[in-house]
Amino acid sequence: MFGKTARQDWIFLAIFAAFVLSMPVTLAPIGAGYPDLLQKFAIYGLFAIGFNILFGLTGYLSFGHAAFLGVGSYAAVWVFKLLTVNAVPAVIFAVLVAGLFAAAIGYVSLRRAGIYFSILTLAFAQMSYNLAYSVLTPLTNGETGLQVQLLAQGPVTDYINQDVRILDQWLGVKEVGVPSPSLFGIEMSGWPGFYFAAVMLIAGMFIAQRIFRSSFGMMLRAIKSNQTRLNYTGVNPRPYLLAAFVISGMYAGLAGALLAVIDPLAGAERMQWTASGEVVLMTILGGVGTLLGPFLGAALIKYAENIFSAINEKILHATFAWLPDGLQNAVVEIAGLFVGKGWHLTLGLLFMLIVIFLPGGLMEGFERLMRLFRRRGGAHAEREG
Amino acid sequence: MRNDKLIINRRQLIRGAAGGAALSVPILHFVREAYAEQYCNMPTGKEVVLGFNVPQTGAYADEGADELRAFKLAVKHLNGEGDGGMLNTFKPSALKGNGVLGKKVAFVTGDTQTKSDAARASAKRMIEKDKAIMISGGSSSGVAIAVQSLCQDMGVIFMAGLTHSNDTTGKDKRKHGFRHFFNTEMTGAALAPVLAKEYGTDRKAYHLTADYTWGWSQEGSIKKYTEALGWKTVKAVRTPLGAGDFSQYLTPVLNSGADVLVLNHYGKDMVNSLTQAVQFGMRDKQVNGKQFQIVVPLFSRLMAQGAGEAIKGIYGSTNWNWQMTDEASKAFVKSFGKEYGFPPSQAAQTCYVQTILYANACEMAGTFAPAGVIKALEGFKFDGLGNGPTEYRAADHQCFKDVLVVKGKEKPASKYDLLEVVDITPRSKVEYEAKMLGGDLGPVNMKPC
Repeated sequence: MFGKTARQDWIFLAIFAAFVLSMPVTLAPIGAGYPDLLQKFAIYGLFAIGFNILFGLTGYLSFGHAAFLGVGSYAAVWVFKLLTVNAVPAVIFAVLVAGLFAAAIGYVSLRRAGIYFSILTLAFAQMSYNLAYSVLTPLTNGETGLQVQLLAQGPVTDYINQDVRILDQWLGVKEVGVPSPSLFGIEMSGWPGFYFAAVMLIAGMFIAQRIFRSSFGMMLRAIKSNQTRLNYTGVNPRPYLLAAFVISGMYAGLAGALLAVIDPLAGAERMQWTASGEVVLMTILGGVGTLLGPFLGAALIKYAENIFSAINEKILHATFAWLPDGLQNAVVEIAGLFVGKGWHLTLGLLFMLIVIFLPGGLMEGFERLMRLFRRRGGAHAEREG
Repeated sequence: MRNDKLIINRRQLIRGAAGGAALSVPILHFVREAYAEQYCNMPTGKEVVLGFNVPQTGAYADEGADELRAFKLAVKHLNGEGDGGMLNTFKPSALKGNGVLGKKVAFVTGDTQTKSDAARASAKRMIEKDKAIMISGGSSSGVAIAVQSLCQDMGVIFMAGLTHSNDTTGKDKRKHGFRHFFNTEMTGAALAPVLAKEYGTDRKAYHLTADYTWGWSQEGSIKKYTEALGWKTVKAVRTPLGAGDFSQYLTPVLNSGADVLVLNHYGKDMVNSLTQAVQFGMRDKQVNGKQFQIVVPLFSRLMAQGAGEAIKGIYGSTNWNWQMTDEASKAFVKSFGKEYGFPPSQAAQTCYVQTILYANACEMAGTFAPAGVIKALEGFKFDGLGNGPTEYRAADHQCFKDVLVVKGKEKPASKYDLLEVVDITPRSKVEYEAKMLGGDLGPVNMKPC
């Protein structure tokens, strides 16, 4: 089902990998060179790349993808609690669980298309969120969130607060305090956590690229361009759709698992509809149906969330200190609306500008720039010839 | 063809350069970590950075805003600016009024959004990017517990702000976490005897409980202490945090045969549920031949302000009230009032005190290293911070002090004069064995981050 890898694809992947791995240095000048934010870039990038396989290729807009992210997180934390704090089993298990969950939801939701599909997925996600908050509290620990705890001393009565970690115990691991997730001894917080997520992101990008280039990907595009024609030629699109839905659900599960690996706490708010909406924004902002776009969109939104929201009046006053006093206060007053608590306003404006002027997202912007560049280069070559 | 070759060359160049950059990253890391940082965020410059993580949005935003005011005031006083507030009454004090250990105190802030995820993300940003050496704040126990365990893992100190669940210093306690605020166990022990005296020992209670660690803890403690005095619990219903409309939960109460409604809610939730309960006319009803009553186990002046008329005559407990007449409270209220124009809430007081206690512990230890600071705080006995003689118990990092039982004032003299202190329950009556609540502090984490 995977297509051949052209030379250009390898080059793209190599540049992408080099960029991702060098982010701690290259993004330091814009204040993003710290592990927590870069981990988010990688993880939400992965989430958006997976989402784009469904939305970008088939045009089916799911409004409930955060549910798979949440399920992935819960699955991973349960592995930490019951089996081992090693990240590998947690990640594998979370991807499988998210895939199964996606298969179940996809099977029902994909019976409808267009807006009805979106509403169905939204409903399922909201249902999962509410269940995690109320009825499923024994599995999710509700609002408090599921956390890794101390090992049980004696018989276990309460699996939420007493962990067993059978595999670790069997291997004779001595625990001091509550352990953090690790990869064969390397603790997965801070920079090691980022590199782990980054490697997953590059692998995720590779798989997405293969899907884009494959005949399977072509079939998904065919569904987007004209499903009726596909039906008349005797092709049943549903299995293809379901496969795309499950794959993108597994990407979300992987992202959720990584969130739990770098920070072993799973909360229900991860599944809220705002989180589902965020990944749609990321994909549209970056460029629907492009390989790189969703990652860029995710990075942009996470950057805005972390950096704009931390700017306060004091920093603004310092920035505009060169203005005369009265004017400075006025400027700070206005600018203050767009930072701190009001960062959503900035994001909203940015989103509007991009949708109005660059309907293809950031990627369209780059393409236009490239075209401009090439046209000039082309003109130059002509003159030479 | 000539063009083709050119393109490949350019690409190769880019590929080479990017590959080189990627390889150099891990190396740079080692270089960066090569300076002798002995613990996470060891301050090396002229400043020491504290991180204040409070809810600026959501159900607890009012408390969060007041906490932030208190933090700013505490930083001001530590740096020797303003009138010094409770630094003048605090004893034994090692503070010199020139910052902490000669370094000026700076701070960064974050919004917890009353969500564990968001709170951990903003705490992480403050630790990793802004190099904060201590994180304080709270207003939701779920958030406090989540951030406390993060601070343990990263090796910085967590001075809990407003968090009232037993778990914070009970089963989820950590070596790096300290709480000055009281807990639901103390509320239960202090409030139940007053309730029994006012409403009798033959009562049937109906609980509405915020569905997270604090609500569960509060419900458990009130049940435990009221049932010991003869009350019965008819039913306990869990409500989602930030529900807004509680009418669907309130309607079944009157038909349940209960004659007391216990609202285990806080912040805007409590304002909404109490106001709605009063609007339903619950307080005018007679059930089982007795006047129907409402109890709000934990309340603060800020919430009383939000609830307005509805709060009058309602019993509850509080950590501190601005109308306390000791010198320390007076000094704090004066200083806070001069700065902001109104009196501080209990959330503000506990956050101010926590900041001062942390700074003092650093001075006592002569270092910012967590091991030293923790040792200085454990078992520390102090006075002059508004709650009378207080002790940081070493076994669970919980402060022990007197607890205030309060009632919504019937005839307030001003818009801030809303609570009336009914009883000051002495420390000895609310104290319990540390091992009763379980948990394990774990080790000190001195790993550089």
